[in-house]
Amino acid sequence: MQTGLEEQLGLYQKRIPIVTRSVKGRFRRLKTAVLVLAYAIFFLLPWLPWSRLDAPGQAVLFDLPARHFLIFGLTVYPQDVVWLALLLFIAAILLFFVTGLVGRAFCGYFCFQTVWTDFFIWIEARLQGERPARIRLVRQPWDREKILKVGGTHVLWVLVSFWTALSFVLYFGYAPDLVVRFFQGEAAGAAYLTVGILTVLTYAAAGLMREQVCTYVCPYGRFQSAMYEPTTLAVHYDARRGEGAHGRASARAGLRTLEARHAQGHGDCVDCNLCVQVCPAGIDIRDGLQYKCISCGLCIDACNTIMDSFNFPRGLIRYDSEANLALATPDKPRLHWKRLNIIGYGIALVLMTVYLGYSIVTRSSFDRAVTQIRQPLYVVLSNGDIRNRYQIRLTNKSGRDMRYQIDATGLPDGALDLGNFRQVSIKTGHSALVQASVRLSPALAARISTFNLSITPLELPGERRMEAIRFDKPGTQK
Amino acid sequence: MSEQKLQSQTVQTTGHAWDGDLQEYNNPLPVWWVYSFYACVVFSLVYWIIYPSWPVGKSFLSGISNVTYVNDKGETVSHHWNTRAVLMADMNRAAAEQKPYFDKVSSMSYQAIAKDPEMNGFILSAGKALFADNCAACHQAGGQGVLGFFPNLTDDDWLYGGSFETIHTTITGGRRAYMPAFGEVLSAAEIDQLANYVASLSAIEHDAVKAQAGNALFHSDTAACFYCHGADAKGRREIGAPNLTDKIWLWADVPKVDDAPAKVAAIRKVINGGLNKGVMPAWGERLTPEQIKVLTVYVHELGGGQ
Repeated sequence: MQTGLEEQLGLYQKRIPIVTRSVKGRFRRLKTAVLVLAYAIFFLLPWLPWSRLDAPGQAVLFDLPARHFLIFGLTVYPQDVVWLALLLFIAAILLFFVTGLVGRAFCGYFCFQTVWTDFFIWIEARLQGERPARIRLVRQPWDREKILKVGGTHVLWVLVSFWTALSFVLYFGYAPDLVVRFFQGEAAGAAYLTVGILTVLTYAAAGLMREQVCTYVCPYGRFQSAMYEPTTLAVHYDARRGEGAHGRASARAGLRTLEARHAQGHGDCVDCNLCVQVCPAGIDIRDGLQYKCISCGLCIDACNTIMDSFNFPRGLIRYDSEANLALATPDKPRLHWKRLNIIGYGIALVLMTVYLGYSIVTRSSFDRAVTQIRQPLYVVLSNGDIRNRYQIRLTNKSGRDMRYQIDATGLPDGALDLGNFRQVSIKTGHSALVQASVRLSPALAARISTFNLSITPLELPGERRMEAIRFDKPGTQK
Repeated sequence: MSEQKLQSQTVQTTGHAWDGDLQEYNNPLPVWWVYSFYACVVFSLVYWIIYPSWPVGKSFLSGISNVTYVNDKGETVSHHWNTRAVLMADMNRAAAEQKPYFDKVSSMSYQAIAKDPEMNGFILSAGKALFADNCAACHQAGGQGVLGFFPNLTDDDWLYGGSFETIHTTITGGRRAYMPAFGEVLSAAEIDQLANYVASLSAIEHDAVKAQAGNALFHSDTAACFYCHGADAKGRREIGAPNLTDKIWLWADVPKVDDAPAKVAAIRKVINGGLNKGVMPAWGERLTPEQIKVLTVYVHELGGGQ
């Protein structure tokens, strides 16, 4: 627990500053690797070029005014929103899958809040020094050194927040163009508003609120306990090994070797409090698994460093499962995946991902919707013929201008009348509405109640599609 | 929320005791909440100044915000903020966006409009809206009309003509249906004969003897049906007299009844009583020329245009 920094007499509990010590180790390296990878993708992806015939040359561009999303070679139209829904489902099930296996690993390594807070704390440590120096700075009055160091930290934070916000907005416009226009004051109002709001939010969340987002704001932290099972891997302090019979004891004279410590009934924990000092959530993991723990593993690295310096075995704090720790002699920690819910999530993930892939690969190059005009359902013409009318809406999703030809099968020649639009030219990304009418003599109308309409893109004859259409006549709808 | 022990664990009381020992806890509101509340108060004051707010005597404070729009007469009007003015300004904006399309409509010929896919799309959407607002009340949503009241615009039978020009004239100037009531001029037997003749023209079961007599009457100068309906009974579009030889009926309830005598009776009723109730309003004063042109093409494309 962080002591000595609290201010007592406010009307409500103000945030106790958490000043973390930096640490080296396996999980710290993993966190940094994830941070570098995530930042590389997020900040560099808007600048990746991609040559296109009729759209901006940006690899990933969510072009809202043009009503399509360009993702490398794929153009996603509003009709394809099912893919987005599927993607969100997959993301959710993936999260549940990972949480069931390794607990709050998402919180500790991948969540944007953690990544940005981690980076901001790194900036703070670079400018203001290690933990002792920063604690001294907190207690110092506002002299020149404090203004420069703390002010400089906040300035850098604002700059990083601004560039984060701007990078977000660059996904929605052609980046080289939008950046120039942004700084010339000529970008759209929405761009300035978004950058303003996101800068403030990033600075506040990662610089000022930090772990309070995880503790108070994020709902995931609250229901994660419902997703843990005794076999889920979480950060655990091996209390049996660390405490021994008479509790933990610092490594004073006579307690510097394992044999001496065990002989006197003390555990391996030397009470150095390093695990508390490195924790970004400000907890003591030796009190047990807590809702504030974001499973980042930095306390593991800290303890392992100390254990190494004493030549004690590592793993006093480790990723392990509650069930394993409860055993008389715990096994080596391992991933417990042979559980019904994990397997279930895994199967669901595979099925949904395969379906999404299949759906994307087999998408057709045009959308068609044929609706019968129901007001009126049929018309009796002057010579007694029956006529039905239909509206055919075609949307060209092929990426280039296309001509479509509409024919009918199952009808006598001349029954289908498309006016001037038997062949209709549609630009890419646009749609057209064609009115068709089918006219049959009473004898034929009595026999025919369905027929087929075929729509062929003339430049891609292989994409021909058939639609089954209904023909109505007097007496069909009684 | 607090993990360390505060110097005083208990909550402060307000300091007053009622009835000897009844005290009240003092739980101050959170600072962030209080300042948000103050901010809302300031926001309200600003809002009252900008927008219409408080009643004063018989009037009200109308706020310093103004809305400017162009009204129906073409005058530019500036008004204190109110939702009707905002709606008018929005409609000005929408009309300005539609203007290029309407300009194209007024400059292109009917045939050119019908052939162009982009204009076709505009006609279908703008025409559908205009038709729904103005025409559908009588001619129904799809233009199919109501038997006995309003003509079916989707078939290929036209009273006054189905070309672009005649449809345009009908919409602009309106029409009046009139057929004399022959019950006052002819006897019941003669009307019966005429009804049977008309039935024979449309392949409805009839009495052949009466139909023959009716044929003579039709072409005589007493009944003089052929003056309006033409010698071949195929109608005369200049005066809106229908074609009596086709399968489409507007005024006589022929399609609704199943047996032949009832159909003949329906025809008899029309001849007997005449027609004076068919009125198509004139839209020339109510719609702009471009809107009428859009409607003309739309009605033509409803399926029966010629």
